[in-house]
Amino acid sequence: MFRQLTVSDSEHMEHANGKQQPVLTAPGGISLKIEDVSKVFSGRTGTVQALQLVNVDVEAGEFVCLLGPSGCGKSTLLSIIAGLESATTGTIYADGRPIHGTGTERVLLFQEAALFPWLDVQRNVEFGLRQAGMRGKERAALARRFIELVHLKGFERSYVHQLSGGMRQRVAIARALAIDPAILLMDEPFGALDALTRDRLHAELESIWASTRKTVIFVTHNVREAVALGDRVLVFSPRPGHIVREFRVTLPRPRSLEDRILVEQTAEIMAVLREAMGASEQEQERERTNG
Amino acid sequence: MAKAIAVPQEERKSAINPTVKSWIRRLIFFAFLLALWQGIATSGVWPDYLFPGPLTVLNSLVSGFQNGLFFQATLVSLRRLALGYAISTVVGITLGLLIGRYRMVEETIGSLVLGLQALPSVCWIPLALLWFGLTEQAMIFVVVMGAVFSITLGVNAGVKNTPPIYLKAARNLGATGPRLTVQVILPAAMPAIVNGMKQGWTFAWRSLMAAELLYTTLSLGNLLETGRDLLDAGQVMAVMVLIILIGVTLDGLIFGPVERLMRERWGLQK
Repeated sequence: MFRQLTVSDSEHMEHANGKQQPVLTAPGGISLKIEDVSKVFSGRTGTVQALQLVNVDVEAGEFVCLLGPSGCGKSTLLSIIAGLESATTGTIYADGRPIHGTGTERVLLFQEAALFPWLDVQRNVEFGLRQAGMRGKERAALARRFIELVHLKGFERSYVHQLSGGMRQRVAIARALAIDPAILLMDEPFGALDALTRDRLHAELESIWASTRKTVIFVTHNVREAVALGDRVLVFSPRPGHIVREFRVTLPRPRSLEDRILVEQTAEIMAVLREAMGASEQEQERERTNG
Repeated sequence: MAKAIAVPQEERKSAINPTVKSWIRRLIFFAFLLALWQGIATSGVWPDYLFPGPLTVLNSLVSGFQNGLFFQATLVSLRRLALGYAISTVVGITLGLLIGRYRMVEETIGSLVLGLQALPSVCWIPLALLWFGLTEQAMIFVVVMGAVFSITLGVNAGVKNTPPIYLKAARNLGATGPRLTVQVILPAAMPAIVNGMKQGWTFAWRSLMAAELLYTTLSLGNLLETGRDLLDAGQVMAVMVLIILIGVTLDGLIFGPVERLMRERWGLQK
């Protein structure tokens, strides 16, 4: 049923966008290649290296989790992939083509849902479609289907301040899915939610992902979340951010957080993460004593 | 059990609704004020034509409306206010957006606006009279000069303080150029814009009244002046009361509800 939905959605988008973005017509996700990406922020107080030569190959339709402590540059990497920030060095290829700026085939979801408070749920979900030039009726019908997909039927006329945190994230997901992106970039989208809501949204995200086969890059600092969701978990070290280890999670889905193998893998990843953080602290200590 | 006891106590305490209570307090205060005023007026410290009591003022107010003078004057003044304020809003929002969006415009027109904002708008009256004579344009010019800079600065502040997350989300969803400005930056800035518009309306109302004092055809400001000429303090006070009522009504009917809506939708959200 979801498959059918996606196929007709891409037809809609093709209709609306014409020849400009053939990427949108691709069923499911596309591949993503991150090549030698570094990022240096220079401010008044000096320069900070946020990312150091990051290389990742993501297959079409893969669910990849970027795991690391806060401030390790993983959010920056996501912004660069979204085209909201530019890399100091390196290139990002989506479906084999280098990206330039933002593009509706790559959509970023933020921790704070970033919904527009002056629009109701329906209009928030329609926002991207409106930018693409889709006509009113078509837009409204499509938005309604995505609102239904995230189980918010009946809340079309609600405003952001009337929704709970979990509902806001659902609207944000519907808003992103409505423009049929091939790659979903999620920046700790469930970080501010309570554990129960988070679990439920994990399940919903997983089922949406399973039915649409979009490529997902999911940033989190929660090891269990990463192991529960990802095909692969990439562990980042703190500043300058780089990948220290890669784990492949092959457990069947939907995964249970009580599963023994999952718990073991979580512990293993946690150990690697601790080591990375310890190494970075030692390094900083050495720099301090040397400088 | 504890609940069963607590509930009636709660009820007894708040037998009178708190809003009713605050209205009663207000009523008592104003009744006292009126009585004091009437007392001083009847005591005869000042002659009645200089310090009329509230009853005389009420009389003036009623007769002013009965002979149609007050009603006509109100219409004339409100028409000027509406016209001038409409022009100010259009110009102010456009200027504010340009200043907020383009560094070049900010460094040039922006600093000019800041400078002119420091000038009380009554200072424009002599120039308005020189340029336009005793005409309708002169009045509207003064209203515009009173309101336009406040609105401009309000819009500018709103645009500057647009939460970056909205801009990121919008760009991410494909919004660019003028559509980004109209569909995201402008609504995101709405609370600051409404603030500027409210301040602008206050300035417009004040400068219009000042300008009308110098004017010879019928208007609210002019009624104040003719009251002075006729040594009729009752009329002067009656018109003052009318001006207050109009101000409070417009404020409460237009800006009150809009501000409440803004606070609810924009304010409570991070």
